Amino acid sequence: MFDLDRWQEIFQTIGKNKLRTILAGFTIAFAILLFTLLFGIGNGLKHSFEKRFSNDAANSVYIRSGITTKPYKGLQSGRKIQFRNDDSKFINEKFEDEVQFFSPNVERYNVQAIYVGEHNNYTVRGVYPDYQPLESAEIKDGRFLSYLDLKRKAKVVAIGRLVEKDLFGNKNALGKNISLDGISYKVVGVFTDPGGDRDERFIYTPFSTAQGMYRINDELDQIGLTYNPSLKVDQAIAFSNLLQKMLKEKHNIDPRDQAAIRIQNYAEDAKNVQQLMFGLNIIILFIGIGTLIAGIIGISNIMVYIVKERTKEIGIRKALGATPGSIIGMIMMESIFITASAGYVGLLLGVFALKGIASTVEEYGILNPSVETYVVVGATIILIIAGTIAGYIPAKRAASIKPIVALNDE
Amino acid sequence: MIRIEKLHKSYPIGKGSLHVLKGLDLHIKEGEFVAIMGSSGSGKSTLLNIVGLLDGHDTGKYYLNGQLIENLDEKKAAILRNKFLGFVFQSFNLINYKSALENVALPLYYQGVGRKERQRIALQYLDKVGLKDRAEHLPSELSGGEKQRVAIARALVTNPKVVLADEPTGALDSATTHSVMELLKEINREGMTVFVITHEEDVAAETDRIVRLKDGVIISDEKVNKKVNA
Repeated sequence: MFDLDRWQEIFQTIGKNKLRTILAGFTIAFAILLFTLLFGIGNGLKHSFEKRFSNDAANSVYIRSGITTKPYKGLQSGRKIQFRNDDSKFINEKFEDEVQFFSPNVERYNVQAIYVGEHNNYTVRGVYPDYQPLESAEIKDGRFLSYLDLKRKAKVVAIGRLVEKDLFGNKNALGKNISLDGISYKVVGVFTDPGGDRDERFIYTPFSTAQGMYRINDELDQIGLTYNPSLKVDQAIAFSNLLQKMLKEKHNIDPRDQAAIRIQNYAEDAKNVQQLMFGLNIIILFIGIGTLIAGIIGISNIMVYIVKERTKEIGIRKALGATPGSIIGMIMMESIFITASAGYVGLLLGVFALKGIASTVEEYGILNPSVETYVVVGATIILIIAGTIAGYIPAKRAASIKPIVALNDE
Repeated sequence: MIRIEKLHKSYPIGKGSLHVLKGLDLHIKEGEFVAIMGSSGSGKSTLLNIVGLLDGHDTGKYYLNGQLIENLDEKKAAILRNKFLGFVFQSFNLINYKSALENVALPLYYQGVGRKERQRIALQYLDKVGLKDRAEHLPSELSGGEKQRVAIARALVTNPKVVLADEPTGALDSATTHSVMELLKEINREGMTVFVITHEEDVAAETDRIVRLKDGVIISDEKVNKKVNA
């Protein structure tokens, strides 16, 4: 395949015919540069949307209780609805298939945490191990809470990254004991949370530990769960509606009472975001295809021009014994070489340009504008193929012209 | 070397066709120096194109080096051209971005000869036409006579059986014409079959045999009496 002599011949032709090399190369490099820039900026828009909606798991549902606003079945309005452990059990039993992760939650605000000399106030949440995926929390050091912790009512905590920073400075909190309102807990893990500073100032402790500590009985504050990700958006909405209806029945609440039980379902939001993303993807795709088509048309025109310009040379070569195959091969290898190397230059320029503008465009809501390598490589390959086909057709024609006709071409 | 029997060739023109060669018979032996003469439209260029395998013929037979030429596809024709034929054109037809040496070496490239070897042989032939010191010059830096010498070196470089020259002196002044013809004569003396097409009497007179063509038929075919021209 690799024929040094052939490549030397091709490099000479490329080097000695700078204008047409530059013309063809510029078209490709420019098309790929534009493609990379537009695609990258589109991706940047996408990234900032993704970030905005990635604080919690996209399929999460939060259930909170409130005070009734309507009298029902002889019960007066203004009654406080209190979830208890049997509500957790109820949901898990009734919706075994629909529920993926599940965690009840006991919350305590303004708990004073102390480590050696440092102290600060935080919200402490008693949760199940499932709470970690619900919050999209990522473990940085150690581990999250376990079911064994839950069973043992262990005095352990997983603390947010910023809690560690506040109390421990640059030191590692893992394995240390901190005091929460005077009671000592062992730090088993440190987590980060894409939700931001507020979410990284939480302290998580096993649900059973917190319930025992802060509640006199089996009360709980709220319930978080994620629904089975295989549910479609509409099914997810139907699921949360049914869940609400059944909980209202269980607690003797008027079905029309909006305040007593509130369910926050991200499915609606997720649906909107998905549609927006879909729209964005279409726009990005459209831009990409448009740029590529412009590039293809450009390179095709130039290839036709190049071959036309070379008709006489082709005639000479044929008179000297060049076979049609060798003529086609020469023109195509030239065009492939030019388009591939120019495409690479365009890709590099585009990627560097994206890096260069990244910090400037961030304030306009374009986050991390970048292009997946395979997309640009794919685009370059498409242009190379286009250049090859665009070169092949006139090359084939030129190679089939009788040499005598080609020689008379002035 | 070249044997042609009842050769016919027509070109389609609009709906009809133009009958250019009307049954030519011609036999050129190895080592001959032949001039084909005729005014424009006599069919001499067509004859050269067919002999040079640059164009096909309609009916009749053509033997090149004893081989019957028929049903040639482009590839076979290219290989035969490369092996048996060397071309010299009126307009030189050098590739303008290649140096004299590279132009001369090009036919060897299509024979698959290695780069070093190509350059060595090409330089040898440039030396033969007296242009060794011009090897690295581009065609645009050469005079008309020098260009034609480069083209002759290129025609010879594959050591072909026949050199076909189409009005080789058509673009040259009389002094250069003479030197180019001297070169062709010298090549012929070394045993090469040379086939020249011209419309100039004094060019034809330098050859050994003159075939005159008119309206697609041979009207005369005679040996040149060297003593008359001397």
